Amino acid sequence: MKTPLLTFLFGSLAWAFCNPLATARAATITVKGSDTLVILAQKWAEVYMQRKPGVKIQVTGGGSGTGFAALQNQSTDLCNASRKIRAKEIEGCIRAFGRRPTEYKVALDGLSVYVNTSNPIEALSLEELAGIFTGRIKNWKAVGGKDEPIVVYSRENSSGTYEFFKEHVLGGRDFTAAAQTLQGTAQVLQAVARETKGIGYGGAAYGAGAKHLRIRKEQGGPAIEPSEQTVLDSTYPIWRYLYIYVNPALDRGEVGAYLKWIRSAAGQGLVKDVGYYPLPPPLRE
Amino acid sequence: MAEPSHPGGRRPGWQALDRGQRARPWEWVAEQAIRVVSVTAIVLVFLIFVFVMREALPVLLGRVNSAAAQERRALPVEQMDRLDPEELRQYLELSRKEFAEMDRDTLRLLMEVKLEAAEEVPEDKDAPLNTAAWRYLLGPHQWTGYDRPAYIWQPVSSIHKYNIVPLIVGSLKTSVVALLFAVPLALAAALYVSQLAPPRLKEWVKPGIELLAGIPSVVLGFFGLVVLATFLQQVCGYASRLNAFVAGIALGLACIPVIFSIAEDALTSVPRSFSEAALALGSSRWQAAWQVVLPAAVPGVFAAIVLGFGRAVGETMVVLMASGNASLLTWSVFDSTRTMTATIAAELAETVFGGHHYRILFLLGALLFAVTFLSNLLGELVIQRLKRRLEGGR
Amino acid sequence: MTLHGRWEVGGGSRRGAAWSVLFTGATGLATALILAMLAVILVNVAWHGWPALSWRFVTAGTEADMFEVGKAGVFPMIFGTTARVILMTLFVIPVGVTTAIYLHEYAHTTSVLTRVIRTAVANLAGVPSIVFGLFGLGFFIHFLGDRLDLVLHPDNPKPIWGKPALLWASLTLAVMTLPVVIVATEEALRGLSPGLREASLALGATKLQTIWQIVLPNALPGILTGGILAVSRAAGEVAPLLFTGAAYYMAELPRSLTDQFMDLGYHVFVLSTQSPNLEQTRPILYGTVLVLLLLTFALNATAILVRARMRRRQRAAG
Repeated sequence: MKTPLLTFLFGSLAWAFCNPLATARAATITVKGSDTLVILAQKWAEVYMQRKPGVKIQVTGGGSGTGFAALQNQSTDLCNASRKIRAKEIEGCIRAFGRRPTEYKVALDGLSVYVNTSNPIEALSLEELAGIFTGRIKNWKAVGGKDEPIVVYSRENSSGTYEFFKEHVLGGRDFTAAAQTLQGTAQVLQAVARETKGIGYGGAAYGAGAKHLRIRKEQGGPAIEPSEQTVLDSTYPIWRYLYIYVNPALDRGEVGAYLKWIRSAAGQGLVKDVGYYPLPPPLRE
Repeated sequence: MAEPSHPGGRRPGWQALDRGQRARPWEWVAEQAIRVVSVTAIVLVFLIFVFVMREALPVLLGRVNSAAAQERRALPVEQMDRLDPEELRQYLELSRKEFAEMDRDTLRLLMEVKLEAAEEVPEDKDAPLNTAAWRYLLGPHQWTGYDRPAYIWQPVSSIHKYNIVPLIVGSLKTSVVALLFAVPLALAAALYVSQLAPPRLKEWVKPGIELLAGIPSVVLGFFGLVVLATFLQQVCGYASRLNAFVAGIALGLACIPVIFSIAEDALTSVPRSFSEAALALGSSRWQAAWQVVLPAAVPGVFAAIVLGFGRAVGETMVVLMASGNASLLTWSVFDSTRTMTATIAAELAETVFGGHHYRILFLLGALLFAVTFLSNLLGELVIQRLKRRLEGGR
Repeated sequence: MTLHGRWEVGGGSRRGAAWSVLFTGATGLATALILAMLAVILVNVAWHGWPALSWRFVTAGTEADMFEVGKAGVFPMIFGTTARVILMTLFVIPVGVTTAIYLHEYAHTTSVLTRVIRTAVANLAGVPSIVFGLFGLGFFIHFLGDRLDLVLHPDNPKPIWGKPALLWASLTLAVMTLPVVIVATEEALRGLSPGLREASLALGATKLQTIWQIVLPNALPGILTGGILAVSRAAGEVAPLLFTGAAYYMAELPRSLTDQFMDLGYHVFVLSTQSPNLEQTRPILYGTVLVLLLLTFALNATAILVRARMRRRQRAAG
């Protein structure tokens, strides 16, 4: 019994140590970053790999911050992001590889604010939202609802959605410390679906189980529903681009071809399946 | 530990024995190999502390600056040529090696980005503060936009707020709930199994509890998140579904086997003569267990609790999944809470190596290391003393 | 030690009997409660997980859709978890056993240094797994990995070693479980009768021969126990993998030690917190949990069986 076992063990060890060099040459593309984009990135990867059997794509989430960190640490080829890169992060990239990373817009995303379906509130203004999420408004009564405390759900701070919301809805102020931090949009949605006093935010694409609020740009203005139409003509106020960042030195060969394909009609065709909105054709170049 | 008097020990000559009588050259080689491997392993063990501390040390020494606005103002790109190389290097915050390797274009790019970064700096009275200083790590501060001084953990923000007090309190809260839940149950079970249960039942109970120990913590976290949270909310009716209480109960499930096995061991190691004497004096079995065996094993019970605490404080996946992760500083166990372990797990991946956020998370790690190592040491020492005393009393 | 405490003499009195019943009942109830909670977890997982379990589920990969019920499979996760556990064992058993032999057979037991080392090693077992994750990231990936890249692939802009990988995750787990193996092996070495070593030496064997041919075979059951504890602790562990190697999604199995891998435990975490639709993917989640539980229990059970058989054989031989 002993000998085959030992042979196997040593064989696998030898295999394991010789192999890294072999795979270093094979075309493996690593993708890391935004959890908002991870499902779409995975869909792209699956379809692309079926088309081009020679290419291997590895997708990891973790949040936009994670992706940018990985870009600076050079532990990923492509960085998915649901917010723009910051100057500090560009600085890190320049230190690491001497160039500014190239930015590609790859899709559009509307952010919805969810409440429980039993909540009578239909629409809120941006100002009211800021009040609720910073903790200034603590009771639904203050915005015309029932006399109940508001339970705020937010995302982990590595999430680009978190930062986008903070910047564009909260005006850069901090989320209330009472906000519960969940790891994914689906979790926020589920929490709101179960919690009658809850409020949360996330991609407009998600959505079964909770009510998507209509949003007013200013107090008394028209309440706009998130939809492809309102996002594309930007009447709906909370929307954003989704990005892929790449080290320009790597943006050629297989990686370059993959990026091109993502922005082609074939790649953009998949965007809607996952629930985001495809780039308008002029933006695809 | 095999001291010469220990019954299982050997004469002191064995370790000193140099390769036996007829040493062969290859044996010398083999023994040296053993030595090298072992010393490497031992060094590795000590390296753990060294490496966790190494990353955290700059924060401890106050050498990290996390201020959003740097002291020096950004310079226009054209000024690049007017600075002498050393000034330029310092302005761009490069090490000598990095600076030497960079070409002019890269330096120019960095100058541009510096300007962009300066534009991103918020107009905020707190922007020049070094928030990674001890004052802000531990003390309250009235940040812009807050109406009173507060302990705030908001690392991803225009002003990085790194107050670790809410996280420490969060860890304590979940651990205390876990212990309040686990200690009575585990101790009662240990008493029952070691003193009162019929032997055949014992053979069933012990593997059962070992099975509980074998459940991965991610499964307990999943159970807490999916099943326990809903169930407990329906029963207790509190506001937030995920909170310190739910996480504490799930954590308690992870602690029960630890506390049980140590306490059971301590109780079993009380010599039979103790309880036999009590029984002979006419006490009942439970009296013997409660009034003789348990008092004799109290240090062991204490050790079990201390080790259980170490387990509870260090557990990650359960609290990450079931505690709600809000960095609130309150004493209510029904509020969502964020623990040190969950913070490390959730945030480390997004940090830049060597950045302030990265170092502060390592500081949390070092703190966890110290707390669990010390509580383990304490528990271990207590148990050893107890065993020695009981053996001496035999 | 004297018996102290106040009690009513005569356990047969009525009040005594009532207390006795109450006390035995309460402790017994606590025991039952613990077992009941265990049963609730197991039954809940089995009940919801069983329908999801099929041959397809455990053999299919992620090539179709990771989140689609009926198509998604967990084979890559089973593979990843098994691979990292086996790799870890390959590192931890030889190193741990060697270290224990050194500490117990060569180092001077009474010296302060040995005692400090022994205490440090024993207490390391209680250090949280997330701290080992930090160590793995700081030491293996950034310290070792970055240097390996500099030396082996100076021209390649992409790090090959200096990033999360199967190798680093396994090594991190190996360091984490090292104390368990060392302590268990030392325990086994200590338990051997000293006459064994002396007899071997008296017959003219060298020290190394004695250790290799007499001491180690006799200590094998104890060593295996250490291995079992290490494996069962590592199999379900997720926290140290978060930064050292587990991937959210990979199209195919890892091919080398420097690839990342998918992991059962991490997949449970992903499915319960980051799935695109929690209600819809619940069957996959429960199925994965069930597979993870079965795998860890199976590992434990095999190891326990091996140990029991080993003991029986030894008893027969001795």
